[in-house]
Amino acid sequence: MFSGFMVNAWLVATIVAFVAGVVGFFVVLRGSAFQAHAIPNGAFAGAAGANLIGVNPLIGLGVFSLAAALGIGRLSRRGRSDVVTALALMMMLALGAAFISQSTQYEPQIFSLLFGEILGVSSSQLAPVAVLGAVCVLAVLVLYRRLLMTSIAPEIAAARGLRPERVEMAFLVVIACSTTMTVPVVGALLIFSLMIGPPAAARSFSSRPDVALLGSVGIALVTVWAALASSYVTNWPVGFYVGVFSAVWFAVGRAYAHLRRVRGVKRD
Amino acid sequence: MRLLFEPGFFSSAPVQTAFVIGGVTAIVSAVVGVFTVVRGQSFAGHALTDVATTGGSGSFLLGISPLVGFIGAGVLGAGAMELAGVQRRRGRDLATGIVLGAATGLAALFLYLDTTRSATTGVTQQILFGSIFTVDPGTIPVVVVLSVVTLALIGWMYRPLLLSSLSAELASARGVGVRRVSLLFMLTLAISVGLSSVAIGSVLSTALLIGPAATALRLTKNLRKAFVYACVLGVVATWLGILLAYDSYYWDPSSQGLPVSFFIVTIVFLCYLVSGLTIVRRFATRRVIARAARVVEVA
Repeated sequence: MFSGFMVNAWLVATIVAFVAGVVGFFVVLRGSAFQAHAIPNGAFAGAAGANLIGVNPLIGLGVFSLAAALGIGRLSRRGRSDVVTALALMMMLALGAAFISQSTQYEPQIFSLLFGEILGVSSSQLAPVAVLGAVCVLAVLVLYRRLLMTSIAPEIAAARGLRPERVEMAFLVVIACSTTMTVPVVGALLIFSLMIGPPAAARSFSSRPDVALLGSVGIALVTVWAALASSYVTNWPVGFYVGVFSAVWFAVGRAYAHLRRVRGVKRD
Repeated sequence: MRLLFEPGFFSSAPVQTAFVIGGVTAIVSAVVGVFTVVRGQSFAGHALTDVATTGGSGSFLLGISPLVGFIGAGVLGAGAMELAGVQRRRGRDLATGIVLGAATGLAALFLYLDTTRSATTGVTQQILFGSIFTVDPGTIPVVVVLSVVTLALIGWMYRPLLLSSLSAELASARGVGVRRVSLLFMLTLAISVGLSSVAIGSVLSTALLIGPAATALRLTKNLRKAFVYACVLGVVATWLGILLAYDSYYWDPSSQGLPVSFFIVTIVFLCYLVSGLTIVRRFATRRVIARAARVVEVA
């Protein structure tokens, strides 16, 4: 389980979980679940397009996820954010469908773009993942106070002269960046589940932002490691385990919050 | 005519089937879509399409009709979202996202098993992106019946649904069972998503649900007109998409043609963008389109 090609898988999974835990905490806090779903999913089309014209899929992913982030951010100012996100995602997926219909590549490649191929990570893929991951985490740390303030206390943020749409745009770009690094190795699905489940659970366990942020990273790591091990043993896709484990974490967090509420009421 | 319609367009049986199924599902999607947009449930609608994907891939595994899988999974997913707390505005996105993530995980497993256990190729692509030209004509009656049922459901709960969409507090003060209405609406959403998944593939059916409705709601503040606009737009986009996809086989003899769903989504997306321009909005709220809508309403 820890030999040869699996070493790369463990390394990449750890980096991805760390980044997803950090970025995902703010995804949950800001209610950007739809955007976090749309950007990686739509970016898949970019990889399909890059394959078609024969350039590095990473470039296609980068261009498409960045275009999605900027497009959603820009169009959201004039239309409803959820509608804009849905339509932007559809447009990118439609392009993806067109690219796939023109290419002659066979099915497993499409499948791995959507659902990841963490067990086939090569050493040359490690460096870009690590660098982009570091950039994402660094960006979140720089934006930390601003992200927190515009999500929790928009009035105070406005009084301090923060422009919420700029912060939102910057955050969408961070999502795009983390998408670019993770989709080729783990697929569009895995990254979304990781950005939602663990942070949501962590927030149920603690209401302090710093503790919840650390908890989010911790839970994401445990989820990914458990998923990887299960996938190795059963040979089923990693994405399946990540999706299910994330949902389980969410349910556990909900149950914990519920129990605490019930007990609190009794004590009063 | 020859320029617009390539030979054999009207006499081809798959094209006729595509026209009927595409038209019917476009109308259902548009009507349900207007409520989806008004209620701010675009994400839930989209998530249900992904849940339908899971059902579609599961149905291949079990060897049953994809339509059963699409709708069955959609209904289950709608129930799960309701359970996870989709009815509260706060945390709604989260509940939707969790169900979506779990369902996509299952889809990954099903598709994996589909491709490893059976020799059929193209399953992933067919489920995800669909092809309206390969729809079995035998499914037309099923699609039509389900569409009528969905529209009847919407018609039956029109007033309570509208009231609870605009203001949940007001609705419950008037004695509307907001929770029950919300659950019923999620069910109609699941059925309509299942129907359009058959037509243009589960991944892109969100476009037919949200696109025409959102465009219509940008053009008019009058809800009744919005329904008319959305239906017209949806049907036109679908039919035009079918026509263009059919023609695209003739554009370049060496290529394979482009998928129907690509054209439909592109048309829908462009319409939404154009409807956002201030000039178009001002124009629309005034004369020409309003008059055209009146003509359509009369007819």
